[in-house]
Amino acid sequence: MTYIPHTKEETREMLDIIGVSSIEELFKDIKPDLRPKSFDIPKNRSEIEVIRHMQELASKNAAHLTNFLGAGFYDHYIPAAVDAITSRPEFYTAYTPYQSESSQGWLQSIYEYQSAICELTGLDCANASLYDGGTALYEAAMMAIRITGKTRIIMDSGVNLIYRTMLYTYTSNLNIEFVETPVVHGQSSREQIYKHIDERTAAVIVQNPNFFGAIDDHSDIIEKAHSFGALAIMSVYPLSLGVLKTPGEMNVDIATGEGQSLGIPLSFGGPYLGVMACKKDFVRKMPGRIVGATVDKDGKRGFVLTLQAREQHIRRERATSNICSNEALCALRASVYVSLLGKEGIIELARLNHRKSEFAKDILGRVSGVEVKRSSPTFNEFTLILNKNADVVAQKMIDKGFAAGFPLGRFYKGMNRYLLVAVTEKRTKEEIEKFAEALEKVLCD
Amino acid sequence: MRLIYEKSVKGRRGFKLPQPDVPEQEGIPAKFSRKHKANLPEASELDVIRHFTNLSCMNFSVDNNFYPLGSCTMKYNPKFTEKIVKIEGFLELHPLIPQLLGGGRLAQGALEIIYNTEKLLCEITGMKAFTMQPLAGAHGELTGAMLIAAYHKNKGCRRRHIIVPDSSHGTNPASAAIAGYDVIIIKTDKDGCMDIKEFKQKLNKDTAAVMLTCPNTLGLFNTRIKEITGLAHSVGALVYYDGANLNAIMGKCRPGDIGFDVVHLNLHKTFATPHGGGGPGAGPVGVSGSLVKFLPISRVMKRPGGVFYLNYNNKESIGYIAPFYGNFAVILKAYAYMLILGKDGLIKASEYAVLNANYILSRLKDYYKLAFNRRCMHECVFSASRQTEKGVHALDIAKYLIDKGFHPPTIYFPLIVKEAMMIEPTETEPKETIDGFIDTMIEAAKLAETDPEKLTTAPRTMPVKRLDETKAARDLNLRWKPT
Repeated sequence: MTYIPHTKEETREMLDIIGVSSIEELFKDIKPDLRPKSFDIPKNRSEIEVIRHMQELASKNAAHLTNFLGAGFYDHYIPAAVDAITSRPEFYTAYTPYQSESSQGWLQSIYEYQSAICELTGLDCANASLYDGGTALYEAAMMAIRITGKTRIIMDSGVNLIYRTMLYTYTSNLNIEFVETPVVHGQSSREQIYKHIDERTAAVIVQNPNFFGAIDDHSDIIEKAHSFGALAIMSVYPLSLGVLKTPGEMNVDIATGEGQSLGIPLSFGGPYLGVMACKKDFVRKMPGRIVGATVDKDGKRGFVLTLQAREQHIRRERATSNICSNEALCALRASVYVSLLGKEGIIELARLNHRKSEFAKDILGRVSGVEVKRSSPTFNEFTLILNKNADVVAQKMIDKGFAAGFPLGRFYKGMNRYLLVAVTEKRTKEEIEKFAEALEKVLCD
Repeated sequence: MRLIYEKSVKGRRGFKLPQPDVPEQEGIPAKFSRKHKANLPEASELDVIRHFTNLSCMNFSVDNNFYPLGSCTMKYNPKFTEKIVKIEGFLELHPLIPQLLGGGRLAQGALEIIYNTEKLLCEITGMKAFTMQPLAGAHGELTGAMLIAAYHKNKGCRRRHIIVPDSSHGTNPASAAIAGYDVIIIKTDKDGCMDIKEFKQKLNKDTAAVMLTCPNTLGLFNTRIKEITGLAHSVGALVYYDGANLNAIMGKCRPGDIGFDVVHLNLHKTFATPHGGGGPGAGPVGVSGSLVKFLPISRVMKRPGGVFYLNYNNKESIGYIAPFYGNFAVILKAYAYMLILGKDGLIKASEYAVLNANYILSRLKDYYKLAFNRRCMHECVFSASRQTEKGVHALDIAKYLIDKGFHPPTIYFPLIVKEAMMIEPTETEPKETIDGFIDTMIEAAKLAETDPEKLTTAPRTMPVKRLDETKAARDLNLRWKPT
């Protein structure tokens, strides 16, 4: 199948008008010495064959496990209406809304998405999205460096290790100094952060809830950061903001986050959604597309891409970022998702996650060989200390049909017996109880 | 149209959560709780569906309209790929599963797809290995620039600059700058290609790389491309291939064979994955043998027995550029597209993309000034400079096309062409659609002579007329606010 509609006659007519005898003649600028040495691609297949092949491959993957695995990427339920909207080709086969008059649907959707992110984070402005939570955090760090003109970053080790590692990768050729501060009893170490913060500091980066699931009020840290002229960056779990104290309430300057929790499937790692919001003073330094409202010639409201003078297609090597697209379709998913949940639904959903997670803590705490870390309150994810190596336990739990959680030993030295467990609204009481039973069997074996 | 926020009715709900089946627990302490509710819309499911469905109808899209947006390759997106990404074994697979002890066997299908896609892309481009991780084209460029930096660092030198032609995509110099390089711009010569004389003058031992698009953004294939890669290599510099225009050359030329060291591709362009209103895309990066060891962590490998696994043990790697393995659902679609087209289909895609573009070029060249009077590859660039003499700009022609149901070409890019109109029809458009577009363009050229106001007051048929962009940037209004 090729999806090329040309008949022989049409091709002939077109060639005649061009004034060449064959299509190959159009490639004469590619001289023989530039031609491929090989082009060994399998021959075409039918749609039926490709679908069958893909189904076979899909069946080799474990979608059947009962999921208690999170670590920043969560198994939430996605209402069917989200897919109904994002499956509309009027959305998914369009591109960046460069021509505003014929893209008002997309532009208004992005404006509404930006509004939702502002409401959730309690901040003034949001962009049209970035690639994912990790690249969003990197962009926030670079933004802080641009705003402050300083190059030292203090990062709490409660920030997802994947994101911390990404930040180090991106900045390895730049002169940026990172200081990592420890998590003590689940909370950001004030003592260590205050010890390292100084006049050279561009930003303090924290995460809430942190990688261990613990929630915190970082207001004091943020106040301290501001007293040194540094900015505060917070990586968030957007769904938790239905109930948790917002970055805005803590006086955060830039909030970022992985928006996957807002109606985006796990899909083996992507596409996801990079959320970014900031205070209004910094909007002109923010990377990414931004949609603004304006009026047309008749005074009617309409929407356009705005503040484009920051961007690469105009400013080239002096742009605020090299980013040229966003994750629009994922942002649309998030916008439809929060519109379905609404003002009260997002609170109920966040509370349900918390309630089930607290229940699971209670049940799992009674399993012999398990200690629940209770030094900090948590949202929907928490840490267990097991009497055995957590990697081995998680492996055995797979055989019992559970993705039991994320063993922390690989990321944190000395935590070989720690398991990070997430409980979303999808988990039933029965599943949680069976999980506890299975865990007990594995631990007592 | 009113915002979903403005349609909100207190008390309405669009989604009902299950009744909690677990006993009530102590709530989140007040200290950690938000004080005010997030003002999200209150709407029924139908309210939400109708709102967004009506919004969708205010967009031009490939499925509704001819969309010859130059350099964006807006080809038809086959529908069967949408079905594939919704298969549960892909949709619900947690990315950390293969990172658990013994979890690899539960992600064999997904890992095989990534592995096979890499291999196919290697064969299409002539590169040694690919990483599927970059999440967009520009992200691929940044990854590429970081690989280049790692290569030179490994050789014990810190080269300072990257060379790009003035016709390049804006992301090229931006990506190079963000990776820590100075950017040197080379002007375009009279044939529409990078000026070799100036290139030779600027090229030296401090050049880390030269970044090229071939065919370039003018739709022209540089016949001296091998000379350029040779010159770069002679001073130890690498050559980067921006694969935005790969749709012109599949089966006709492979960057790896002609001396390119790093390549990024845009799966959402050449490999027909939907553009999604601006994303998600995918920008995999391929490298020649000497750069394989620097590729991002992790890499999908295959054991002799046929088992796939993730390799994290690569000390010389640049590190993590994405949280996992790339935009997997996009990779999945591109893989399925390559399988269904097969060898002949891929070659034919490029052939008919080039045929369609040259047909447009031939039929329009008497009405609009060609930026460079040469045969083109998959896209052609005209200038509206003749029309500008009559007070009609590329923007006016674009807006007139909208009224006639065509998405306009890319306008005002490349920057080096005054009043540029960059037209990329792609291979999937039928002749009658292209003829309709050409006729409308000719009509616009005639109206520029006889009745320019018809153009300068367009569009008239859209939900809004021309919007005040200056006001948008001056009186910033970036969000709805509760009254």
